[in-house]
Amino acid sequence: MNLFDLRGGIHPEGRKNLSAAHPICALPVPKRLFIPLQQHIGAPAQPVVAVGQNVLKGQLLATAQGALSSAIHAPTSGVITGLGDCTAPHPSGLAVPSITLDSDGESRWIALIATADPFQLTPEEISQRVAAAGIVGLGGATFPSALKLNLSHGVQTLIMNGGECEPYLTCDDRIMQERAAQIMQGIQLIAHAVAAQEVLVGIEDNKPEAIAAMQAAAKNTSVKVTAMPSMYPMGSEKQIIQVLTGKEIPAGGRPADIGVLVHNVATAFAVQQAIVEGKPLISRIVTVSGGAIKVPCNLEVLVGTPMQELIDFAGGYVQPAARLVLGGPMMGQQISNPAVPVVKGTSGVLALTTAEIGQAEPAPCIRCSSCVRACPVGLLPLEMAAHIRTANLSGAVNLGLKDCIACGSCSYVCPAHIPLVHFFNYAKGDLTAQERTKLKQESTKKLAEERSERIARIERARAEAAAKRKAAREAKERAAAAKLTTEAV
Amino acid sequence: MIAALTSLTILGAFLGLVLGIAARVFKVEGNPLTAELIAILPGSQCGQCGFPGCAGAAQALAEGRAPVTLCPPGGRAVALALAAKLGTEVNLAGMKDAVPMMAEVQEEICIGCTRCFKVCPTDAIVGAAQQIHSVFREACTACGKCEEVCPTESIKLQPILVTLQSWRWHKPVEAA
Amino acid sequence: MSEYLFLLLSTVLVNNVVLVKFLGLCPFMGISKKMDTALSMGLATTFVITFTTAGAWLLEHWLLMPLGLEYLRILTYILAIAAVVQFTEMVIRKTAPALYQVLGIYLPLITTNCAVLGLPLLNVQEKNSFIVSLIGAFGASVGFTLVLVLFAGLRERLALAKASPTFAGTPLAFITAGLLALTFMGFAGLVPH
Repeated sequence: MNLFDLRGGIHPEGRKNLSAAHPICALPVPKRLFIPLQQHIGAPAQPVVAVGQNVLKGQLLATAQGALSSAIHAPTSGVITGLGDCTAPHPSGLAVPSITLDSDGESRWIALIATADPFQLTPEEISQRVAAAGIVGLGGATFPSALKLNLSHGVQTLIMNGGECEPYLTCDDRIMQERAAQIMQGIQLIAHAVAAQEVLVGIEDNKPEAIAAMQAAAKNTSVKVTAMPSMYPMGSEKQIIQVLTGKEIPAGGRPADIGVLVHNVATAFAVQQAIVEGKPLISRIVTVSGGAIKVPCNLEVLVGTPMQELIDFAGGYVQPAARLVLGGPMMGQQISNPAVPVVKGTSGVLALTTAEIGQAEPAPCIRCSSCVRACPVGLLPLEMAAHIRTANLSGAVNLGLKDCIACGSCSYVCPAHIPLVHFFNYAKGDLTAQERTKLKQESTKKLAEERSERIARIERARAEAAAKRKAAREAKERAAAAKLTTEAV
Repeated sequence: MIAALTSLTILGAFLGLVLGIAARVFKVEGNPLTAELIAILPGSQCGQCGFPGCAGAAQALAEGRAPVTLCPPGGRAVALALAAKLGTEVNLAGMKDAVPMMAEVQEEICIGCTRCFKVCPTDAIVGAAQQIHSVFREACTACGKCEEVCPTESIKLQPILVTLQSWRWHKPVEAA
Repeated sequence: MSEYLFLLLSTVLVNNVVLVKFLGLCPFMGISKKMDTALSMGLATTFVITFTTAGAWLLEHWLLMPLGLEYLRILTYILAIAAVVQFTEMVIRKTAPALYQVLGIYLPLITTNCAVLGLPLLNVQEKNSFIVSLIGAFGASVGFTLVLVLFAGLRERLALAKASPTFAGTPLAFITAGLLALTFMGFAGLVPH
């Protein structure tokens, strides 16, 4: 299969060899789990359990609230000991509402409904079951998968993303090697659910074992497994579509606009587990790696397990960790508190050393345009950052700020160490805040106008009533006066 | 001498006539800019800018008597919109965004006197006589009118806490 | 015909009214922070210059010269200029209130833009015909607009640059204006010697 050219991109040192050779191994069930109610994009889930209640593994803990939300299930059996806040797996370190679950160590499953022939299910049934299993995109974006299936029905091409272009991460690599058959069944179920005409699996060519395993599993199916050149950010939705189909998503559009649906391979595994075995999404594969980790490895971890447990299981630190990261080193979240829980979107737990993060003081921009060459979207990062620096956000938007995918390629290549992507994240946050304020202002303005109208109406009614009363009184007085005069006469 | 006087007089009179006619033809009713500015302002007539209502503020803006940063409830969004409309430059670096505030009722000391929701310009306070009032957070503009009339100091402006949804990256600090 | 084209070229580039003759520097520094306002200012000035030059030529040849009143030249010219500027102001206020606000004090100040008075006076000095005066004035004002827009573009980019506080803003703009004037000197080479 011929591939299409991509613009930009970088080739960071992979460092995947740290953990790539370690088979997935299950992390023992921790004593206490902290399960955030918001592990997905959209509204937080609504808890349906009470403190002190005993729950079984896979039991529903919280239901989806609204269309853009996702359900959350008990990762193990035990007792609910708290409904409160825990530190969010987020760079802000703010609190997130969450459920605390103390495990009883027995891992007793709730009664599971297995499906013998899943391909008899209608697309609606599949997406309903995917929603009920609380599946979200496991590549990191955590967009509710069922909604994505519903929005993409009838797409031409289904692309399964096995890019995993972030350095260090090997969780998708391992899952493709070890669970290729289940993934393939999951892929076919997704293809069945959206009635896709063509199914492509894109895997970076630095994972030859995963490609071989997936190709073996794809035998006798219509699924095409393709090796893609290793490049960052190949695993980004827009880039993988472009390299495999040559199509580009229009600015501000979605893949469905050009007839494409992209899912992560790990999501396909979760879909297979949910449909065939009836198991909800309660665990995921996490790569524990980084120069500070003693034994880098790939672990199957229950959602809600504190990050520290993973690090301890991997033998702890060999040297002090300068930075803890959830996810990949390019786009992951920097974390200050190792007690934060692993959530559905956590692909990696990295403990990086000072040498690895290579932090340096920013120097002035010399307009070398390395960032322009690196930008996979074809933007001008240096110009955008200059506009943002001088508080000219609309100038940055005109240069395409909203199309920035925040991949960090520009910051990575900048010889002056200018925190370009930080500028863009700041500007996007500021724009969102401004838009929110504007919306609020419009609604309060309407309220204020309605109120003044109402007050005017009430005044008018009051004045009319008073006038009427006055007229009545005067008429009465006149009548009385007339009576008096007639009597006098 | 006479030629000079007459010619200048005639010239002046002619040009004056032309301008007079033009003034009739291109007459501007009020100031159309003011209407456009009123549309941008929040319209809650809170008076925090020091002008009588949003119309007064728009008038002052159109005449250049007030800076675009005059509107505290509007914050930076309104300042930017005004600056774009007026074509002026706005130095937002100097405009520290006031901490976003919202009125909150301390339920223990609310006596249900209904005074606050009578003055609320956006109907953001709900309640009834002898009932504890509460604030509808999406409609509160933090104008502070309720705070002034509350007899028990039960309703007060409180800073809105940052949540995961409203958190955003700060601007990168620059080396000098 | 080619003679008129050369005249146009000469007034737009070679004898640019701002950068070579140094007339009209006030709006050149004042209204050059943004490209779009610079363009509107340029267009308003173009309108005023073209019309006043025509009006001044007519006044000169039909009123002042027959009556021997050349000593009233500046007075009558100013009268005509003020009237045209006033007229432009009314039109802009009616049609583009926001632009009216942006141009602000610089709009009535077109009256005192020395390029507006200077061009008719130069025409009288050089005894130009009506057509030549008109084309010369139009070319000069196009040159004015061109330079204003170019300079505004430069200043928009300068605003992004990290400059030392001593130079940031107007000082840097003055230096840039000097450099721009230097480059325009290069157009003198268009004239064959």
